Amino acid sequence: MTASEAPAVGLTHQGSEDTGLGHRGPESKNIVVPYGFWLFVLSDMVLFSALFASYATLAHATDGGPASSQLFDRNLVAVETMALLVSSFVCGLAMITAKRGNMIWTQGWLLLTGLLGFVFLSIEIYEFASMISENAGPQRSAFLSGFFTLVGCHGAHVTCGLLWIGTMMAQIWAKGFQPHIMRRLLCLSVFWHALDIIWVAIFTIVYLIGTLP
Amino acid sequence: MTEHDPELLNVAPGTPHDTMLSETLSYVIGLVLALVLTGVSFWVASTSVLWGPGVATGLVVLAIAQMGVHLVFFLHITSGPDNTNNVLALAFGVLIVFLVMIGTIVIMAHMNTNMGAPSELMNLQMQH
Repeated sequence: MTASEAPAVGLTHQGSEDTGLGHRGPESKNIVVPYGFWLFVLSDMVLFSALFASYATLAHATDGGPASSQLFDRNLVAVETMALLVSSFVCGLAMITAKRGNMIWTQGWLLLTGLLGFVFLSIEIYEFASMISENAGPQRSAFLSGFFTLVGCHGAHVTCGLLWIGTMMAQIWAKGFQPHIMRRLLCLSVFWHALDIIWVAIFTIVYLIGTLP
Repeated sequence: MTEHDPELLNVAPGTPHDTMLSETLSYVIGLVLALVLTGVSFWVASTSVLWGPGVATGLVVLAIAQMGVHLVFFLHITSGPDNTNNVLALAFGVLIVFLVMIGTIVIMAHMNTNMGAPSELMNLQMQH
């Protein structure tokens, strides 16, 4: 590419030799891989929107069973929210240190990210267990089916994220900060931040609006 | 025309900034804003000072604001030209999310109303 050529920003129709990929050819893997993962994350949010929609539709179909205001404990939810938010923040710190190739701090921040995620997951499992033991399991009413599907799906994502964090810690330790490892780490951070965004919607719609007087 | 670094024309979502200070600052600002918005959400939900029927709407607005904070400060989605692809993908995602959620909620509420059954009966019917 010569300096006289216009940079291929957006759609261009100049030049018959255009490959359809812009004058510069395809982007490097460092852009394409996280962008593809970004598309996956967005489609995951579309999946959650369907679960949110079904929950909102069924939220009052309690079949005479316990309603949301009797089941949810706002203090527990506040702790869960804090754990996940700080975990998301620490994940960002891990990215900063990883970019500078600092092994000790990266491993430390990733470990803290995982631990906070584990705190979140433990509280959620405790909440689910106590609800089921109070005869408020998913089979009790349509409302509870919707609740366990929505929040359980988020919890399953967090579980996958925890496994992924452990895997990445091992890979960084074994292989160092190679470009393909850094791409995976970036995808992990996008995934972890996205889970926090979905949790914002869950604690607002399910827990806060669900327990309004 | 200036010569562009090809790597600068597009930026992947979540890519750290170049300087450590600006990067750390971004996360700290994001954390503080998210904490404030979360705190306000919990306060709004538990106070009796505010007009009751408006609280749910206010909570949704706060949640959307917090999602914006997470996108900008944690995922580094900006309005810059190097972010066009990320923003367009996000816009499409948001469009589908709103279509699915609002479409479902409006249609189901409409059908509920048109059924004309007492709410207790409705409640029972929806179990099956």
